[in-house]
Amino acid sequence: MEPLLAVEHLKVHFPIKKGVLSKTVGYVYAVDGVSFVLQRGQTLGIVGESGCGKTTAGLGVLKLVPVTSGTIHYDGKDVTDADGRRLRALRREMQIIFQDPYSSLNPRMTVNQIINDPMQVHGVFAGSERQDRIAYLLDRVGLSPEQGRRYPHEFSGGQRQRIGIARALALNPSIIIGDEPVSALDVSIQAQIINLLIELQKDFHLSYIIIAHDLAVVEYICDHVAVMYLGRIVERAAHGPIYTAPKHPYTQALLSAVPVPDPKAKKDRIILKGDVPSPINPPAGCRFHPRCPYRMEICDKKEPQLQDLGGGHEVSCFLYG
Amino acid sequence: MAESDHLLDVQHLKTYFYTFEGVARAVDDVSFFLDPGEVLGVVGESGCGKSVTAQTIMRLIPQPPGKIVEGRILFDGKDLVRLSMEEMRGIRGNRIAMIFQEPMTSLNPVYTIGNQISEMFRLHMGLGRREGLNRAVEMLKKVQIPAPEKRVGEFPHQLSGGMRQRAMIAMALACDPEILIADEPTTALDVTVQAQILDLMLKLREDFDTAIMMITHDLGVIAEIARRVVVMYAGRIVEEAETLPLFEDPKHPYTQGLLRSIPTLGRRGPGERTRLEEIKGMVPGLLDLPEGCRFSPRCPQVMGICRKKEPFLGRIGPGRTVRCWLYFDEPGKD
Repeated sequence: MEPLLAVEHLKVHFPIKKGVLSKTVGYVYAVDGVSFVLQRGQTLGIVGESGCGKTTAGLGVLKLVPVTSGTIHYDGKDVTDADGRRLRALRREMQIIFQDPYSSLNPRMTVNQIINDPMQVHGVFAGSERQDRIAYLLDRVGLSPEQGRRYPHEFSGGQRQRIGIARALALNPSIIIGDEPVSALDVSIQAQIINLLIELQKDFHLSYIIIAHDLAVVEYICDHVAVMYLGRIVERAAHGPIYTAPKHPYTQALLSAVPVPDPKAKKDRIILKGDVPSPINPPAGCRFHPRCPYRMEICDKKEPQLQDLGGGHEVSCFLYG
Repeated sequence: MAESDHLLDVQHLKTYFYTFEGVARAVDDVSFFLDPGEVLGVVGESGCGKSVTAQTIMRLIPQPPGKIVEGRILFDGKDLVRLSMEEMRGIRGNRIAMIFQEPMTSLNPVYTIGNQISEMFRLHMGLGRREGLNRAVEMLKKVQIPAPEKRVGEFPHQLSGGMRQRAMIAMALACDPEILIADEPTTALDVTVQAQILDLMLKLREDFDTAIMMITHDLGVIAEIARRVVVMYAGRIVEEAETLPLFEDPKHPYTQGLLRSIPTLGRRGPGERTRLEEIKGMVPGLLDLPEGCRFSPRCPQVMGICRKKEPFLGRIGPGRTVRCWLYFDEPGKD
């Protein structure tokens, strides 16, 4: 079946401007050739550490940042250069939930107004229908209709995230991109929101792209996982194999670094040296080579490409041929 | 003279904040101890009072609106609550040091790293400028910062997040303190950097024999490094145990709920995607605490008495206490 969303060789480069004439002196290679597909009703997880480009990739798909090159196909149609009316129609299909439920809700609007806003902007649902829809959405995300008259500051972090989810659902989208949807929440609230997202996916036939740094959360909700490092996908697989048999040295290190809440768990931890290099001047060859424990001679000369090791488990590393 | 068998002995500590809306009982009758060289984990969610407890020990609570209402903090025969600010300055940073969650905001942006670390030596050991800087380089070497001679002259913004936290640790350990209080030291860091910092802290604990009080919301971090754990909820300690028994057999319904609700790597089977167990409701506000047990509105095993009378923190085994009516028949004395 044709995927709902297909992204190919997506590049998002931000120019660095200096001086009075704003001369471009270089680029931040935030996303540098990323490809992935999202199947209908499925969840794709994009994981990586800060600065790996996972959020920019999500924003690029939504066309909230200018795309440098590459193509985005939605439902079989090329939407890479969509603008004006076509872009608006596209936005109706793709919504986003942000990480910080404090700064992503307008403090001067009531919850009802916040949820009404996208419907008004896009001119969908008649006036009378909208009130019913708002009440319905509030109920679906676990809030009461009375709470719709309140302002964001009257809610806790978890409740605000529920408001953000209701707003994302207002236009009946087919794709929701969650950018770190639970990382700002308390531990006991995270499970509530994860459960809510899973429940809504079934009922609203949603496809998700979940962008997160927390591998345990991603393992829990995603069908497929892509691991990013410095603007590139280094490994891609179904959720099972990537956790039980990670191939890329970076994925292995990332997984072994996660503290497991079990004091008896064996700790054969791979500790990486150093920090993630700057995406302004990424290392030559494989971008991971300066920190890689299995580094070979070829690694700083040639850049490895993603190759299928079987069963859709793809990895870009010279260790595998 | 206040005597205690422990290195640090916190007894019935109460820190309240007096606000326009009412009194926030941020730390409400909290007692625990810390022995030399051990790692104590303090775990809880936002608003549970874990950070305020740490700041109270360091006497960093702004007064007003905060106030240490009651309790003693015994350290080396002294009650820290009663010390003058002058006396406290001799202990803070010197014998009890602290590192914070956000290394960018806790380092001074207009002084070099070396200047800030050597201040410790100048202030507490009376060393001169040059000697202080030399010792700062040594400290940076100990926390494994590459090219310490170069880094010592750099400003905080020139370092990465992980490196800044290393510099903070170097500063905290500069005077070889007996206690290191770490308040969410790895929360702002990436997982691979978090692993580096936790590894470093454990290594340094061996070298310096420093007791560590590790404050975090991350049960994974606790399982990695703590020997003993205190679980806090809404200003109270609800459970205390050694790490292994706590994870294997949590007693308090809140601890049980926390452990069940976190997605754990490798626990999801192929294909299946069941609901996570969740704790209903939300953490109560400190100005508006429920009657009886503070966890009762969210507790799946709530009983009649829980809503009327607050349980006491009772002993249920060696080194194990829990604040829950499930384990005690009738109201006893706190």
